[in-house]
Amino acid sequence: MPFEKLMVKLMDGDKPTQTLLDSSLPAGGAFPKVADLRKLYLISNNIRQSVVQMLHHAKSGHSAGSIGLADIFTALYFNVMNHDPKNPEWPGRDRLVLSNGHVCPVLYAAMAEAGYLPKDELLTLRKLGSRLQGHPHKGTLPGIENSSGPLGQGLSLAVGMAIVGKRERKSWKVYCVCSDGEHNEGQVWEAALLAAKYKLGNLIAIMDRNNIQIDGFTEEVLPLEPLAEKYRAFGWHVIEIDGHNIGQLIRACEESKKVIDRPVMIVAHTIPGKDVSFMEFLVEWHGKPPGDKEFDQALASLGQERKFYGED
Amino acid sequence: MASKINPEMYLVEDIASPPAKKPSRDGFGKALVELGEQNPNIWVMTADVSESTRTHWFAEKFPERFIQVGVSEQNMAGVAAGIASCGKTVFISAYGVFSPGRNWDQVRVSICYNDVPVHLHGSHTGVTVGPDGASHQALEDIAITRVLPNMTVIVPSDLEEARKATLEASKLGHPSYMRTAREKMPLFTTIGTPFKIGEANPLREGDDMAIFACGSQVYESLLAAEALEKEGISCAVVNFHTIKPIDRASVVYWAKKTGLIMSVEEHQVHGGLGSAIAEILSEEYPCHLIRHGIYDQFCQSGEPLELLKEYSLDANGIIRYAKSAFSKKKR
Repeated sequence: MPFEKLMVKLMDGDKPTQTLLDSSLPAGGAFPKVADLRKLYLISNNIRQSVVQMLHHAKSGHSAGSIGLADIFTALYFNVMNHDPKNPEWPGRDRLVLSNGHVCPVLYAAMAEAGYLPKDELLTLRKLGSRLQGHPHKGTLPGIENSSGPLGQGLSLAVGMAIVGKRERKSWKVYCVCSDGEHNEGQVWEAALLAAKYKLGNLIAIMDRNNIQIDGFTEEVLPLEPLAEKYRAFGWHVIEIDGHNIGQLIRACEESKKVIDRPVMIVAHTIPGKDVSFMEFLVEWHGKPPGDKEFDQALASLGQERKFYGED
Repeated sequence: MASKINPEMYLVEDIASPPAKKPSRDGFGKALVELGEQNPNIWVMTADVSESTRTHWFAEKFPERFIQVGVSEQNMAGVAAGIASCGKTVFISAYGVFSPGRNWDQVRVSICYNDVPVHLHGSHTGVTVGPDGASHQALEDIAITRVLPNMTVIVPSDLEEARKATLEASKLGHPSYMRTAREKMPLFTTIGTPFKIGEANPLREGDDMAIFACGSQVYESLLAAEALEKEGISCAVVNFHTIKPIDRASVVYWAKKTGLIMSVEEHQVHGGLGSAIAEILSEEYPCHLIRHGIYDQFCQSGEPLELLKEYSLDANGIIRYAKSAFSKKKR
């Protein structure tokens, strides 16, 4: 027997579950999906503006990654995921695990845009008594699936959820947003091994490949490339896309849903601080908020016509 | 001479010659199988040590609820938190030095900050892991777990108590850590011995001093107390199987009654049971406390019982330290 086939045989014998899904889930997930790309780009621009306002008001927090992820969170919350802001605990919801919790302003902003919380509340970020903790806390704000902060932990949680979903033949998927920098942590690779062992076809991870971390460029701090090849070698299906092209993001997620015998890593190439002209590509904006003057500049930058990607 | 053993504790009739010796980790493994049969939401995980943590009994019966993660304790803690967040109760098992030793950050954030019902089982703790030596002797695990919010910490003293502790932990709905040992130890509690998380068991009456013990040291302390009685020192023994939440009322009761407390544990004297008791005493009823255990050091390889003797954690060692403490009390 060829080695690869033997290995597959030796691996966990779970069969793909797509044809035997549990249909006992209660109704829910009525949140309408937005198909119009123009509308989606307007939403992502709103999210960016919210993030800038939140961080400026909080006077601390992580700008570049939060702003750079706006398109990915728009695609997830407004097109890809089945969820219900009016019923955050709906058992049939897709799960979104945010691993690099420091970009939570974009999570809170997307959730507010979708109706999980009033948009006014966004300005309480990082303030005493707020539901919007500096790093996300499960249990404080309904709709948050996991507490996070220390890097490299989210993929493990997502793997745990996906194992339950697969073994119990649930139709929901698990999405995990993670960063490139946190791939310095060994735990991420431990989780990647286990996800492949259990052939978690219901797990879709999205890596924010923005090339920066606190101390500099990822390839200088601790080289990660070739990332896609590493994940392929780990037994994952890998899709590389432009993480600011919402059409590509949606299509990548659709492709991912069809992969049922292995987990998927979508390597989303992004620009840190995307659309805030003076932040783009700059490492220094990883971990600080816009000051008063920069706040005006950022909003002005976002107020301009957003480049529209169209169908491609 | 009438026995001072508390009849309400239903210990074996003759403490000096218990019916058998078995490792406490067996109690954990047995309880998992019981739980698996009763509750379809019980899941079990291990990190390449299924047989030595006795999780293989569960794995054989309930493979669909068992997960083998390989040698990756950090990942195990995170995956467990993910499973638990889907409404499951998850037991994760490895040697104490690795879990909660190696994965403390994951236990803190993925498990305790999420406040999900993941129950850690650290086996092979204390010096009694024996010849493997210091790297494998978990002597700090109580200290690092009892400081975590939402966490319960339990140190059972024999197989039957480990079984009960596992069953009780499964009902918590919050994280817990239970520590067991590799070595066969006397079975001296019975099915009738009460066990309630957070309630210390007063096993033996005494007026001159009280020993507060946990784990392997409970039995050794009972033997020590019997010997001390013959030398004219009336010594109570209380089983503090729960380190967190600690039984404050019991600590204060025995402090008031005897005026001299000695803690005994197979753990560093810093941060474990002795420290927890010192915190209560200093706040509520300052009195003389001797903390006995491992004195801020790494230990050596050796046979388990040899090591207990070497580090004065057998009955004779406890007697020596108790007499020394008692002589100071008299002065």
